[in-house]
Amino acid sequence: MTAATPQVGFDEFEEQTWQKRLAYVGRLLQRDRGGMLGFILFILIVLTAIFAPVIAPHDPLKQNLRAAKQPPAWQEGGSWEQPLGTDTLGRDMLSRIIFGTRVSLTVGFFGVLIAGTLGMVSGLVAGYVGGRVDGAIMGVVNIFLAIPYLVFVVVVAAILGRNLLNVILIFGITDSPIFARVTRGEVLRIRESGYVESAVSAGASTGRILFDHILPNLIGPLITLATFEMSAMIFYEAGLSFLGLSVPPSVPSWGNMLQVGRQYLTIYPWIATWPGVAIAITALTFNLLGDWLRDVLDPRLRRSRK
Amino acid sequence: MVADSNILVRVENLKKYFPITRGWLFSRQVGTVKAVDDVSLDIRQGETLGVVGESGCGKSTTGRAILQLHKPTSWHVFFEDVDLTTLNAAELRALRPKMQMIFQDSVAALNPRHSVGKIIGEPLVIHNVGTAREVHERVIELMEMVGLKPAWIKRFPHEFSGGQRQRINIARALALNPNFIVCDEPISALDVSIQAQVVNLLKELQKQLGLTYLFIAHDLSMVRHISDRVAVMYLGKVMELANRNDLFRDPLHPYTQSLSSAVPVPMPKHERRRRRFILKGDPPSPSNPPSGCVFHTRCPLSVEMCVTTVPEFRELRPDHFVACHLTDTETGSKIPEQTVLASELT
Repeated sequence: MTAATPQVGFDEFEEQTWQKRLAYVGRLLQRDRGGMLGFILFILIVLTAIFAPVIAPHDPLKQNLRAAKQPPAWQEGGSWEQPLGTDTLGRDMLSRIIFGTRVSLTVGFFGVLIAGTLGMVSGLVAGYVGGRVDGAIMGVVNIFLAIPYLVFVVVVAAILGRNLLNVILIFGITDSPIFARVTRGEVLRIRESGYVESAVSAGASTGRILFDHILPNLIGPLITLATFEMSAMIFYEAGLSFLGLSVPPSVPSWGNMLQVGRQYLTIYPWIATWPGVAIAITALTFNLLGDWLRDVLDPRLRRSRK
Repeated sequence: MVADSNILVRVENLKKYFPITRGWLFSRQVGTVKAVDDVSLDIRQGETLGVVGESGCGKSTTGRAILQLHKPTSWHVFFEDVDLTTLNAAELRALRPKMQMIFQDSVAALNPRHSVGKIIGEPLVIHNVGTAREVHERVIELMEMVGLKPAWIKRFPHEFSGGQRQRINIARALALNPNFIVCDEPISALDVSIQAQVVNLLKELQKQLGLTYLFIAHDLSMVRHISDRVAVMYLGKVMELANRNDLFRDPLHPYTQSLSSAVPVPMPKHERRRRRFILKGDPPSPSNPPSGCVFHTRCPLSVEMCVTTVPEFRELRPDHFVACHLTDTETGSKIPEQTVLASELT
């Protein structure tokens, strides 16, 4: 019966070079326009953050009161010297936006890293061990979720002072319960699934069940959650800056810029507009990326490969 | 019991109670579900022992408890004369290859993130059988054995139909050359036409490889088709255990009589004359089983003794075990012919 069917040789089955994988990701991107857009924007934003000093036309901190409150280049009175205009102290808007990317991405990335690690480990333990341990961990998580988020942030920021590290720590800790909950729920679902039971009946060890069955099935929802949480953290950071609770006003962050711009919204609208646009684009990027990742990381949603 | 070299698995007094707990942090036990209550079975080398019964009667729990997937409350299970209850985790793991399980829900039993090759090869990898290349060759061999195209080795479970997924499950169960397989309702989630294919595949594999099955099902005609002997369970207890033909032609227990009277006959002439013994009510809750014979609440024949005394499960005829008081009495355990004709039901 097998004479007619093409045999899949061992070598072909095992061969998975990185070129092949890359080409595969490329094909997956081609099928999803939103994902493509999100992916390209994501790369651009990351590159902007990394190479900010190279790209930025001016020093983002250099004041020039004579050139203050200049409109964008295409408006009357604007100049291509400062394409997006200048703020109230004459600092170049474009350069400040570019440097602001660093703050936002740093907070988003490291905040999610801390929250994800804390949440995933506690959720995994709670879900897999169960019983009293589960009760205790989830009790702590519920207490965390019950604290009004903003009040907590204000208190911690007031005690610890305003700097980037504190903001990251606050976000990392306050956001970890969400990761813990999602992880625990998934672990509970997977632990009771037939394939874990069948692995047990085949004699699999706890390590194998965790790393071969539970983790791979967790990674999809968690990566997706992480991208969405990253965009949420960028929002929150901007909100905190706006309230004057995040990084010091001297640091060019989008929230700080927004806060300054708010006072001049009717007279010099561009000062608030550009950071707002930057925040919106970044959040959109992460959401698009998250959508795409969710589809790609689930073999059931991945369209069949030819 | 007599030591019999023919017996592959011997289950003695298997009990599995699930606690019912209340409260969240400081939970306390408020009751017990007696899912399996004192079941003793022998499974002989090379035979298929069918287990039938209503939903929730403890069929699947029995199967899982034999494989130690549920830790039973009290029991002895001898597998090839080794008492599984005395083994530690590592020793048990070493014995696992010899006894495998096929699950009812073929979708849930396959990890959606693993390709077919990885799924079927997993038991081999767990037990370190051969190199990656040898595992691959064995997987191909298994796929051919269960009628799957080897070219599908890289596909994922969602790309298969229900029958094919069950074939993947069977291939995985066969990977380590087991001698004993617990089939936990392997066909009840499939279309009727596919059911026959899968059952015939199981039968064929049994002939080829000399397998022993514990076949759990609720479809009587399927059980009759595949089994050598059949055990009928009700509320965690075995009511009757006999050779397939004896059990279906001459059922002794009233519960078995009622079950087999519910099977339609694929012949209109006979179907019209088929009499049905319809049981009243639902099975009682296993957390609060009736006194005496657990079946007395629904038994059309029950007498006083049934309420007070638990009937002994004994060998009434050679190889025909039954747990019913009435088989000894003058009236017997036969339900009289006053019951509904099948044709009157519709």
